[in-house]
Amino acid sequence: MTYLAKPKLLAADAPRNALGFTRRDYEGAISTLCAGCGHDSISAAVVQACFDLDIEPHKVAKLSGIGCSSKTPDYFLGNSHGFNSVHGRMPSVLTGAALANRNLLYLGVSGDGDSASIGIGQFAHAMRRGVNMTYIVENNGVYGLTKGQFSATADKGTKSKKGVINSDNPIDLAALALQLGATYVARSFSGDKEQLVPLIKGALRHGGPAFIDVISPCVTFNNHNGSTKSYDYVREHNTAVNRLDVILPKAQIEASYPPGSLRRVVQHDGSILHLRKVGVDYDPSDRIGAMNHLQERQALGEIVTGLLYVDSSGQDMHTHLNTVEKPLNQLGDAYLCPGSKALEALNAMLR
Amino acid sequence: MKPTDISNPDFLHKVVDCQWACPAHTPVPEYIRQIAAGDFSTAYMINWNSNVFPGILGRVCDRPCEPACRRGRVDKEPVAICRLKRVAADFKDDIRDRLPRPPEKKNGKRIACIGGGPASLTVARDLAVQGYQVTVFDSGSSSGGMMRSQIPKFRLPDSVIDEECGYVEHLGVELRQNHWIGSLREVLASDWDAVFVGTGAPRGRDADLPGRNQAAAHIHVGIDWLANVAFGHVTSIGKRVIVLGGGNTAMDCCRSARRLGGEDVRVVVRSGFEEMKASPWEKEDALHEGIPIHNFLVQKAFTHDHGRLTGVQFEKVRAEYDDKGRRSLVPTGEPDVHMECDDVLIAIGQENAFPWIERDIGLEFDRWGLPVLDAQTLQSTLPRVFFGGDAALGPKNIITAVAQGHEAAISIDLFCRGLPLTQRPAPTMNLVSQKMGIHEWSYDNQVSEEARRKVPVKSIEEALKDIKSEFELGYDFKLACAETARCLNCDVATVFKPKLCIECDACVDICPTECITFTRNGEEDELRGRLKAPSHNAEQALYLAEGLKTGRVMVKDENVCLHCGMCAERCPTGAWDMQKFQVNIAQAGAEA
Repeated sequence: MTYLAKPKLLAADAPRNALGFTRRDYEGAISTLCAGCGHDSISAAVVQACFDLDIEPHKVAKLSGIGCSSKTPDYFLGNSHGFNSVHGRMPSVLTGAALANRNLLYLGVSGDGDSASIGIGQFAHAMRRGVNMTYIVENNGVYGLTKGQFSATADKGTKSKKGVINSDNPIDLAALALQLGATYVARSFSGDKEQLVPLIKGALRHGGPAFIDVISPCVTFNNHNGSTKSYDYVREHNTAVNRLDVILPKAQIEASYPPGSLRRVVQHDGSILHLRKVGVDYDPSDRIGAMNHLQERQALGEIVTGLLYVDSSGQDMHTHLNTVEKPLNQLGDAYLCPGSKALEALNAMLR
Repeated sequence: MKPTDISNPDFLHKVVDCQWACPAHTPVPEYIRQIAAGDFSTAYMINWNSNVFPGILGRVCDRPCEPACRRGRVDKEPVAICRLKRVAADFKDDIRDRLPRPPEKKNGKRIACIGGGPASLTVARDLAVQGYQVTVFDSGSSSGGMMRSQIPKFRLPDSVIDEECGYVEHLGVELRQNHWIGSLREVLASDWDAVFVGTGAPRGRDADLPGRNQAAAHIHVGIDWLANVAFGHVTSIGKRVIVLGGGNTAMDCCRSARRLGGEDVRVVVRSGFEEMKASPWEKEDALHEGIPIHNFLVQKAFTHDHGRLTGVQFEKVRAEYDDKGRRSLVPTGEPDVHMECDDVLIAIGQENAFPWIERDIGLEFDRWGLPVLDAQTLQSTLPRVFFGGDAALGPKNIITAVAQGHEAAISIDLFCRGLPLTQRPAPTMNLVSQKMGIHEWSYDNQVSEEARRKVPVKSIEEALKDIKSEFELGYDFKLACAETARCLNCDVATVFKPKLCIECDACVDICPTECITFTRNGEEDELRGRLKAPSHNAEQALYLAEGLKTGRVMVKDENVCLHCGMCAERCPTGAWDMQKFQVNIAQAGAEA
């Protein structure tokens, strides 16, 4: 943590995106998390992704619950909309906001405590409903704010800082998301921005429920020998299934790849996902296969990362519910409250 | 790319841009911190040790440090380093008891310094404290050389020169004033162990144009005229004055003329405004005093009537550049311009002159009339004779003269001890952690975002009344403090220990100027293209460290690091630390 605000001085040739913004323009307040916290790296990855995608900050809504992870939306996108909800209730607040205004990009930020413990019901139903959002879980396996007790995602057999062995089975949020109908499921590591930034970019451009489980070591309570969520452990056991490049529709440059090593996925908005094969033959369009692969590898002690599943033909909640296109706040009183005659007609229909 | 060896003093020294750019390598951030702490005497002594004339240089230095200042690369203007030096000199206490005392017992070696300017006095100071008996010969009646005779009093009062030359004299240096040396042969005949020549570049270049001789009474060579003004021989000038030339001497001439009765004073320069040799701030001062600068006019003839100067005829030119970027001034073909005037001051260059050095004593000169010297040792072809300052390598500036004085003193010391001159004492360095607590450093790491403070000056009416009244008032304490906060403390270095790093990216994410990258190694040029922020300034080094667990390397682009210490504050393992870098540039007497 740092007390001083970041100085605004910048080199004259600092990179600017199509909107004329620098990366610094996508930052928020100075982080009050512990020095070395993985969450800060995820914040930086969000900043980078929004910068790269030329996102207008005022078109983003970031929502979170309670916990170290849920503090982070304060540390990025300082010019975006934000809502810090009750513990574990971010998914329902986000769902409500998305229903009211579909023109914003919804970014849900949560942690393993917020999403896998107190908020697991909310998590499950937001995935089921197909809310168009990017849902990031900053997963460190411990309750950092209350001094490092195991969370529900801590692996069985992992050791706490005090030497206690965890005897409970872990919840695999990525596996749950796959099962519950998320149409973009990824896992990554806060210490690997080369992998993480494109995954966030792909998720932001995905037109349905996108879930990213980001393993994010807690330097203070869960970065020791015996932990399965330490920087060293994750680096040693990380097996990526693919590497992603996100190509925007307007981009002319097509990278060249050796034949057979690339899978192209065109998303609803025209953005193209280039999935480069790494090692094993992995099919990210096969939901059942993805679930099996996750389970198999987990049993071997591996941490599978990359874009695990993507279905670009999926439909989101608005399509399911046939909602109005315009945001509610732009509809006007007459439209929203059509008067007693309309009510009578409606009641007559139901009699 | 090879890992950086930060135990080589040059690497971190180069990061301290101002100190590296200063010919005498004055530890700028260190003295600025002392000023901020209110310890002006210590700030003064840090300067005195490096540059001998802090009060003088704090007013008239050419300040190569300021264009180099890192803040200039991230902010509109650099730190006002030069005027902060003046603050140290203005507000210090009596520092005489802090000056070194020369040894009671002399080493028996006698050194003659010819010329009483900054180079000679620097040699005298450095050698006197080592036990040498130094005698300075000067043709003037008071020491300081060209600092006293050329720089107008409204920029540099005599009292400052008296004080700082006095400190050198105080060390037991013998000053022989009003002593014109007419023959080097005679000097060498006396048994001096070594002779140092610091006689400057005393001859002003003349403009040999039609009418020069006929109107000679009102055409003056700038540096001679300035000397006459300095010593009170000239106290007035005509109402309409033309100054020819675009260097700092021209600026001194025009501003002096304004104070001696010139009402319509104008500067006329061959080149464009931007290419003028004068420092930007000196041009600014001249413009501030209502002196117009006319560019792209080449003097063609002096017009006169019955032996009386009437004006100057100019040809209009424009700049043309060839393929190699070389400039030539080409006549535009437009009609000539005639400007009327009462007096002309010619300030178009300065030259060396050594009429007192016989050409048959074994001291060789090159075809430009400069002594043949070893560029490092400043030794001439006569082993006993050394040169420094403008006399050595042509006209430069005071701070260069001081730096050459230090080098010559080292050479003379080695020479007198019978040691090889090329085995020069190397600089030594020290690195000390500045960590005081988790978020506490022993330097102020909060980066000021304030603009450069203007130095208060007298009103023009008041300033123009008296040529001896100092124009600049200098910073007061409050302004000085605000300006010190703008210093980025570049000497507090970011030091990285790869063994402690867990590669959490915290430093990469927090760095306000995005200068840290973790990536795979490569050749420097290729590596620069892969950094988080573009690295276009190849003059600024990359700091590369290897030995990380993932096999990647840490690369830090030193170009725009703010030395805010945020990387070190964010580092969970102490792999980054802020350490104060101190480089001790050797002076005469240091062991190699």
